[in-house]
Amino acid sequence: MSYLPKGLPAPVTETDKLDAPYWAGTREGKLRVQRCAACNTWQWGPEWLCHNCRSWDMRWVEVEGKGKIWTWTRCWHPVHPALKGHGPYIAVLVELPNAGNVRMLGNLLGDPEQPVRIGAPVEAVFEPHDDAATPYTLVQWKLAT
Amino acid sequence: MAERSLRGKVAVIGIGETTYYKHSQSPDPEFILALKAILAACEDAGINPQDIDSFASYSNDRNDPSRISAALGCKELRLSNMQWGGGGGGGAAAVGNAAAAIATGQAEIAVVYRALAQGQFQRFGQAQAGGTVAGDNALINPYGIFVPAQRFALKIMRYMHDHGIKQEALRALAMASYHHAQSNPRAVMYGRPLTEEAYDASRWISEPYHLFDCCQENDGAAALILVSAERAKDFKNKPAYVLAVAQGSDHRNAARSFNAPEFASASFGPVAPHLWEMAKLGPKDVDVLQSYENFTGGVLMSLTEHGFVKPEECNEFLRLENLLAPTGKLPLNTSGGNLAECYMHGLELQIEAVRQLRGTATSQVPGAKVAGVIAGPMVTPVSTMILGSEETL
Ligand SMILES: [Zn+2]
Repeated sequence: MSYLPKGLPAPVTETDKLDAPYWAGTREGKLRVQRCAACNTWQWGPEWLCHNCRSWDMRWVEVEGKGKIWTWTRCWHPVHPALKGHGPYIAVLVELPNAGNVRMLGNLLGDPEQPVRIGAPVEAVFEPHDDAATPYTLVQWKLAT
Repeated sequence: MAERSLRGKVAVIGIGETTYYKHSQSPDPEFILALKAILAACEDAGINPQDIDSFASYSNDRNDPSRISAALGCKELRLSNMQWGGGGGGGAAAVGNAAAAIATGQAEIAVVYRALAQGQFQRFGQAQAGGTVAGDNALINPYGIFVPAQRFALKIMRYMHDHGIKQEALRALAMASYHHAQSNPRAVMYGRPLTEEAYDASRWISEPYHLFDCCQENDGAAALILVSAERAKDFKNKPAYVLAVAQGSDHRNAARSFNAPEFASASFGPVAPHLWEMAKLGPKDVDVLQSYENFTGGVLMSLTEHGFVKPEECNEFLRLENLLAPTGKLPLNTSGGNLAECYMHGLELQIEAVRQLRGTATSQVPGAKVAGVIAGPMVTPVSTMILGSEETL
């Protein structure tokens, strides 16, 4: 069961494979981001080299799926054909304090009309889409218990 | 070494625009709109269209200067310039690029133009169906985030949280544009005033943006003719001199997945200081301001980043009476802007700034000598410009 209806665009790995370890990781229930082997800087989204020291030695590191809501919006207007008649949904930008405060977008699971608080702790939830032409898994978020 | 500055070296001597239409309602295809706006600007300037030798635009405008030049029978083509990236954020930059070419002897008579027929081509506010996405969009679109209203809602939501800004501040910005449109017969929203009650009751698009916080989608075209300051007085209109232009964005603004360090911003952090330095002016010197409303939240952050108001003073300062011509402290978007005149991708704001300096605006600020134009906030790159009358040189 996915949070949003079927028919939204399916994510695929970039043709240059830059983000392949991320998408492979989510299929295995692992949340991976980049970390520079030379200077330990965390980096997200992915890039070929470290923005801090220009090292090419970027490693993919598994991080705990725990974060805090950094900002959010509740979308009401259906901007995509698959969302027509669906009603509101919440997008959250989550920062990961255990990974240099990098930020990731996802949906906040649960009541789409719930109040949302910036700073609220959240936990990652892996949402598989096994029936896609190229199966993928999204990282979603729920309020931490 | 001589000071490196554009200040006072180039002037806008002609402005032109087509009728402004609701999206998909232009009877003309986009290329005709572009030609009509350019011809109108030539007529306004009193120049022969054949004498245009240089072109600058932005946001991947689909109307190629070589084709325009051939269609108009221009004697020669010297500059064919496109500002990379940033959508409407390139509006002032395109003027700056053309002005820089003129000031350095690479262009003589330049036109800055933008044409949009969102009916002929894809609309900005709707995503295409189905398929797959890769790269940055793969980290965003599957979560239902596609269009600028949603992406930029994330920015202002955090900014309002950090600075305690209330919805009423956004409402005042929307109402200022609608108020001024009621005096402007060219405006698409002419005759359609906005009340506080209507704003409050309007549907959410993407919180905290109501419908009336969001720009229109329109068809039309606009153009400005630029020449050197030396030549400007040979033409019939009162010249509007370029006092400063700056473009760019913050450190790592395009970091993927919304990881810009200054994500909750309009992207003018380092850009606005360059503007004021070149203009040799500050925010208090600006008589009238056009600030691109893709969304009201972008205007608010543009104002703070340019120093017109402090973040913690937004709730107090952003009241309708402060934003209205002729007597407000900061007359803002005096033609109705992107919200209520026309979403001509911000080029209509540049034209309005010229009108204010000529004294021919429909909501005129008496004796306006310094006019600011802020283009396309919250993208990268953004751009910003100050125009001045002869007294400011
Ligand atoms: Zn490094």
